[in-house]
Amino acid sequence: MVKEIERVGIPVVHICTVVPISLTVGANRIVPAIAIPHPLGNPAMSKEDEKALRRSIVLKALKALETEIHGQTVFEK
Amino acid sequence: MIRVVHYINQFYGGIGGEEKADVKPEIREGVVGPGMALKAALGNEADIIATVICGDSYFNENMEEASAAILEMVKKYNPDLFIAGPAFNAGRYGVACGSICKAVKEKFNIPVVTGMYIENPGVDMFKKDVHIVETANAATGMRQAIPAIAKLAMKLAKNESIGAPQEEGYIPRGVRKNVFKSERGSKRAVDMLVAKLKGEKFETEYPMPDFDRVAPNPPILDIKKAKIALVTSGGIVPKGNPDRIESSSASKYGKYDLTGVNDLTAETYETAHGGYDPTYANIDADRVLPVDVLRDLEKEGVIGELHRYYYATVGNGTSVANAKKFAATFAQELVKDGVQAVILTST
Repeated sequence: MVKEIERVGIPVVHICTVVPISLTVGANRIVPAIAIPHPLGNPAMSKEDEKALRRSIVLKALKALETEIHGQTVFEK
Repeated sequence: MIRVVHYINQFYGGIGGEEKADVKPEIREGVVGPGMALKAALGNEADIIATVICGDSYFNENMEEASAAILEMVKKYNPDLFIAGPAFNAGRYGVACGSICKAVKEKFNIPVVTGMYIENPGVDMFKKDVHIVETANAATGMRQAIPAIAKLAMKLAKNESIGAPQEEGYIPRGVRKNVFKSERGSKRAVDMLVAKLKGEKFETEYPMPDFDRVAPNPPILDIKKAKIALVTSGGIVPKGNPDRIESSSASKYGKYDLTGVNDLTAETYETAHGGYDPTYANIDADRVLPVDVLRDLEKEGVIGELHRYYYATVGNGTSVANAKKFAATFAQELVKDGVQAVILTST
């Protein structure tokens, strides 16, 4: 799906847990997530901390969208 | 006697389904689950002395730790042969099988075999490193997969020569081998061309690798003005799953209006995905589709606008052809709606 979106000219960032799969599939901008059943959350945290964590991942994704890249790039934690 | 260690996931190990996908690896003596049939297929010259069981999510979320722990376990049994799966079209299981096979092969220098469906993401990741027997896409193909895996594994264990992928039933590894043919290359090439012109079937001797890569688009220059859309393969849908998106092998995607939605709650949204433990997403779907945070960022002016609609499907055993078709369709809508960037989340 990332490739088809990229193909029409829209930059896309893939937030996912299993980065090697994303690389294999061909995503260009990749932001690693927390865990498979809760990529943008952590149920062990308080509501506020969890939302702050989610916000930090989304901000990283926005940063990735603003970054010029020349090939597949993983925006590390 | 050829000593075999077998690797399976928590489901085939009888530990549990998705709710147990986070279990750490363990090793048990003898056969477990599909190991029974595998042992029979391997015959009298081999024995499965131990079985490693590991949760699919645990392995994928902790690849290095999981591999290291499993290698330690395997070492104690001093095997001559290592078999993983088959994983069919289970993505995390395939990645685990491929990656542990590769690790075992590198560490102990023994033959390794696994089995997967051709679209399993583990295939592209590991086909060059290990022999992967091509299987059906679901466990209903177990009866065909087991003998094929056993046969190839025994050949490798006995150091017999391995034939071409089509003959042996494994997925091509990109290895080229010199062979003698009765006709010279120029004649074979012309024969192929003639067949092609006639519209007849012919088989190329050198399939071109399929590099389906799309170059990255230029970045967003002013994110403060950008209209950003959310897309997910994590199956987040309005409560009740109005479009009845399938929990696996999805045949459709959904398009949902986020007007007036500032937070996804247990009462309003859920996941339709059958390939991970839904507990956390059902309590708070923002954990998969971060609508709450994007609304905040929209209010604060960090982004221009969150697009009115989000698109969702279930990426669980869903065919690549379907996923491609879904996205190709909605990508056109995104363009028409003036969306400038997409955040796609996957579980």
